[in-house]
Amino acid sequence: MRHGKYPFVIGFLAAPVLLYSVFVIAPYAQAFQISMTNWRGLSAPQWVGFDNYRQLVEDHRFWQAIQHHLVLLIALPLITIAIALFFSFMLNVAGKSSGGQRTGVWGSKFYRVVFFFPQVLAVAIIAVLFQTVYRPNESGLINGVLMKIGLDPILFLVNPNIALWSILGVLVWQAVGFYVVLFSAGIASIPGEIYEAAEMDGASRVTLFFRVTLPLLWDTLQVAWVYLGIAAFDAFAVVAVLSVDNGGPDGATTVLALEIYRNAFTYSKYGYASAMGVALFFLTITFAVFTLRVTKRESVEY
Amino acid sequence: MSVTPDSPSDLTRRIVLQRAAAAGLLAVPAAGLLSACATGGDGETQEQSEGTKTAENPFGVKEDAALEVIIFNGGYGDKYATDVHEPLYKKKFPKAEIKHEASQAISTVLQPRFAAGTPPEFVNNSGEKSLDFGALVADGQLQDLTDLWDAPSVDDPSKKVRDTVVPGTIDVGSFNGKPYVLYYVSTVFGLWHSGKLFKDNGWAPAKTWDEFVALLDKIKAKGVTPFGYAGANAAYYMWNVILTHAAKIGGPEVLKNIDNLEPGAWTAEPVKQAAAAWAEIGAKYIDKSFEGLKHTDVQLLQNQYKVGFYPSGDWLENEQAKDTPPGFEYQMLPIPSLTASDKLPVGTVRATAAEGYFVSAKSKNPRGAMEYMRQMLSVEGAKGFTNVVKSATVVTAASSGYAFPPGVASSQGALAAAGQNVVNLFFDGWYKELDTEARTATNELMFGRIKADAFCERIQKKADAIKADSSVTKFKR
Repeated sequence: MRHGKYPFVIGFLAAPVLLYSVFVIAPYAQAFQISMTNWRGLSAPQWVGFDNYRQLVEDHRFWQAIQHHLVLLIALPLITIAIALFFSFMLNVAGKSSGGQRTGVWGSKFYRVVFFFPQVLAVAIIAVLFQTVYRPNESGLINGVLMKIGLDPILFLVNPNIALWSILGVLVWQAVGFYVVLFSAGIASIPGEIYEAAEMDGASRVTLFFRVTLPLLWDTLQVAWVYLGIAAFDAFAVVAVLSVDNGGPDGATTVLALEIYRNAFTYSKYGYASAMGVALFFLTITFAVFTLRVTKRESVEY
Repeated sequence: MSVTPDSPSDLTRRIVLQRAAAAGLLAVPAAGLLSACATGGDGETQEQSEGTKTAENPFGVKEDAALEVIIFNGGYGDKYATDVHEPLYKKKFPKAEIKHEASQAISTVLQPRFAAGTPPEFVNNSGEKSLDFGALVADGQLQDLTDLWDAPSVDDPSKKVRDTVVPGTIDVGSFNGKPYVLYYVSTVFGLWHSGKLFKDNGWAPAKTWDEFVALLDKIKAKGVTPFGYAGANAAYYMWNVILTHAAKIGGPEVLKNIDNLEPGAWTAEPVKQAAAAWAEIGAKYIDKSFEGLKHTDVQLLQNQYKVGFYPSGDWLENEQAKDTPPGFEYQMLPIPSLTASDKLPVGTVRATAAEGYFVSAKSKNPRGAMEYMRQMLSVEGAKGFTNVVKSATVVTAASSGYAFPPGVASSQGALAAAGQNVVNLFFDGWYKELDTEARTATNELMFGRIKADAFCERIQKKADAIKADSSVTKFKR
């Protein structure tokens, strides 16, 4: 029986390893290589060692982008998960129980579809949509109403103090639907008896949520946090389409991906852009490892 | 499959994973080899087709060689190429196949082709996603156009092509003295307004700064936003005004110093004065929401008679053609004088040849592309262009006596009135990073977040950094 096992296993492993190295490892390795050169995108690059990284450390825009990622990294998962948890709890458990079967609040089937809507749209379309929502004059969706009732328009994307938060709003709006579905699946796998028993002991909905749903969903939450964290390191499309003056005003909404794009495709500084890419790579990896470590705890068996 | 658990040579999950990881590590050096091909592309040149040179065919184009034409599909569209220039070339070389492509993102389409060493012959490099001319020149990708300018003109073989175009055309497309780019469209910059709106209200165009401010007050009193530009993507329309104004105050050397990255060029007194004057206009006469709008949004507002003056070039009229109400009548005003001691007279305008076209030196048929340019520069080619897009070209014989629409007629009038007092600047095409910084700083200045001093110092800092960066090719004029 053991005959031919190695060729069999190796045969199956070789193809994916090859594909993976050509399409994933090679570009990464190449980015590292390019980041050590002054490549301008056309002729052969020259080796400059760590010059690009030295410049990076002094680049004000780079640090600005990192700062924005930190804000997004905390705010995006927190807000999205909080809203999605609340919604999925309401949709699945918060209603009356009939025959031991938990149900959602009235109309939850309808809401389920509505919440998932933004997920169906492409990010670029969402960004274009929000251009109209945030437009700073009377043709904007929000400001049009504000100005009709005699208030001053809110300069969502123009005021440097609120521009990043306006971008964050779009990211949250877009992400919530997916996590409602994810958490709903998680909640559905929690045995109904546990809720029943808790309810018989007189637990309120708030207690049900914090003492039953939340602990039993821990694994799903952890996954959600990592996903959203990685999403917080991206945000490129929304910022590129929505923000004033590409990441402005004066860099108030810029993110690393946008700076990479600008340096590579506007300034033709591919070497420098690659150095930023490498920095982004390490930030993302560090974040993922760190989050998985910190949130590690015994999963509850049931 | 019967597996004895205690068999030492058994493949456990852990061992499989370990070996897979080892295979992955082995693959990494191989990836390094792979990567060599993406950044390579040097050395190998394509074989180029060549025919025999005759008086009719000064570049020696091989008559059945294919020609690939890439046109930026922006304000001018691509109809002028398919309807005018390509048929002209086809008439001359009926056996040649022309491959036409229009794009709104030139660099996205062409970057990989240059990197791979198979660029198209003829390119209209323009728009937000254009290729960096400076990088292309530094890399030897562009065909030296000296032959084109020295070739006999299509209409009059006794004349050279260089003598049939507006003076300065060749300089604009030259890098360190060598012509590489054909700038084809004659462009005049100024402050645009509706002739009808001004006539109906009895507003007269201003010449001095006091008159200008008084006029803006009158416009404001009518409930019209007196002045505006789009901060979201078109801040360079505004730095253009500030710098042209600076040149009026201090003379054309102000702009020359800026282009040549001279120390303190941006912090010079004329630049500061101009910035301070316009910052005040920004504080009093611009709607704050304009910072969040795109150029077409603000231009549309002007077409709805909600904006008084709008800074732009004379492509504006054609760009807005389908949104302009009948009778709107675009008019251009040169930037008013700041004080009586300005070095240049009030009629001074920034005018240039714009819309860049180049021939790829490493393409298969650069001779054909130069012939294509020679056809563009014929009277028939230039008149055809003007007919389609309603803008003047650099070909002098083609625009004399042409009935332009009111806006271009007024800008051509202003250009004629300016005579020798025409200024121009180049830094934005040479150093894109400096352009970006100037745009950002302009928004900061005009929407009141920084003062004129900070505006000048901040751009100066960027200019100094670019000057010190050895990887950026420098240009002089």
